[in-house]
Amino acid sequence: MAALLEVDALSIQFGGVKAVQDVSFSVPAGAIYAVIGPNGAGKTTLFNLITGLYTPTSGEIRLEGQAIQGKPPHELARLGMARTFQNLQICLNMTALENVMVGAHLRLDRNLIKAALRWPALSRRERELRQEAAECMAYAGLEDFLEARADAMPYGALKRLEIARALAAKPRLLFLDEPAAGLNPKETQEVAELVRKIATHGVTVVLIEHDMKMVMSLADRILVLDYGKKLAEGSAAEVRANPDVIAAYLGAHA
Amino acid sequence: MIAFFRRRHGGLVIVALILALLPLFFQNAYHYDLAIRIAINAVIVLGLNLLIGFAGQISLGHAGFLGIGAYASAILPSHYGWPPLLAMMAGATCAALLAALVARPIFRLKGHYLAMATLGLGVILAIAFKNEASLTGGPDGMAVVPLSLFGYELSGEKKWYALMAVLLLFSLWASTNLIDSPFGRALRALHGSEVAAQVAGVHIVRYKVAIFVLSAVFASLMGSLTAHYVGFVTPNVADFLHSIELVTMVVVGGMASVYGSLVGAALLTALPQALARFEGWETVAFGAILMLFMIFLPRGIVPTLAARFEKGKE
Repeated sequence: MAALLEVDALSIQFGGVKAVQDVSFSVPAGAIYAVIGPNGAGKTTLFNLITGLYTPTSGEIRLEGQAIQGKPPHELARLGMARTFQNLQICLNMTALENVMVGAHLRLDRNLIKAALRWPALSRRERELRQEAAECMAYAGLEDFLEARADAMPYGALKRLEIARALAAKPRLLFLDEPAAGLNPKETQEVAELVRKIATHGVTVVLIEHDMKMVMSLADRILVLDYGKKLAEGSAAEVRANPDVIAAYLGAHA
Repeated sequence: MIAFFRRRHGGLVIVALILALLPLFFQNAYHYDLAIRIAINAVIVLGLNLLIGFAGQISLGHAGFLGIGAYASAILPSHYGWPPLLAMMAGATCAALLAALVARPIFRLKGHYLAMATLGLGVILAIAFKNEASLTGGPDGMAVVPLSLFGYELSGEKKWYALMAVLLLFSLWASTNLIDSPFGRALRALHGSEVAAQVAGVHIVRYKVAIFVLSAVFASLMGSLTAHYVGFVTPNVADFLHSIELVTMVVVGGMASVYGSLVGAALLTALPQALARFEGWETVAFGAILMLFMIFLPRGIVPTLAARFEKGKE
């Protein structure tokens, strides 16, 4: 499989803190790629670097061979990247469906004048979009919340709403930051199935997750971070057998 | 019946009916005058609500843009013989350019800092109008020629009422359309979560600048119309207190509510007139009423009542 995303010697420093240090890995197209590691290992920082929220101090990020480090998030979205957030980033001033419609922002005519004058072609596209967004929500298992206001939805549903919004962008590369955090075992199982379904539809998934059962059953490859550095990388079996990983997770000094 | 009111433009039909029927109850020119002032303020507040209520930004200097329009319509026709319509367009263009120029550095700021920066902008404009006495007449103000459109002179309360009713309906319609479009959703999204909006592909600075410019143009055009309608303009039009008054209309009527803008403008324009009988105490009564509104209807009149109505139906 060709690499869709390549990260090369990526580092970022906040003052004296080296949050991510010299991390390299590559994500094959079509894979489910997991990033694991103890709290504070720099997993979310890594996501923020790749999706453009932070600018790396050094290193390179390539999407299909094209260098993308330092580009702002809205440009990266244009290249087919989408993500969800560990601490929910839902627009609570909007309905659930509107949140999903925001995900499709780049696929729409965003002209202000046409919008104000209710241009017929624009209205037609809006009706189609409503339908599309509803389908995205159903795909993510949110068919019961089609009419809901975002601020009236339970936590588990908001986690899925983030995924539905990301999917509305029709991304090639989807970053999921702890999609199962705070969910009960049954919900976790459902989210795992959703992630697998997304991957089978051709979207490359990079996922941060603490639930080891979920990671081991889903991921084609796993990157282990510890104190901002790459500790190990490989298939589930390789990572599980790695003595450094065992030491980091059990706190022992091998 | 309820389905009719819940339709997208149900509110618009009601406002149109009210605007058509109101003149039946008007007994004198003063009633027309009040309605015209309310309509002018409502259009300004609509533009400001798009910025404050929907996009979650703030402007404490909006009267400055009102001043630009008013003085463009005062100075260009009197001093240089421009047709009023052209002067109005020139004022709006000028307001748009200034807004676009200052917006980029200003919208790097957030919260209190953004408020201070916009406040400064308004104060500078107000001082400019006061001090450029050779052009603006200074603190005494200057006379404005009547509005003529394509050779037809607009004078008398009834014609002005008709013009403003049409403009108000158009603005309500256009704003309702806008907030329910990809552009409007992007604005509301960056209010809800800037990070989420960015990641979804929204160029947030561009949207903040666009809505600031649009609301400045709304204000400038209404400033022009006010100047023509009153026939006179003083630097008070651009005063800081006027900016605050406009923001208060947004908040009292209801943030992120199109019809709240209209209600807020109507209430705050009419209330001081209605309180005039409390000689000397009207400001106190006015303040007390505003406080009561904010305590009992903190989200603004229209959103709070709409929420109660929804609840009552369940």
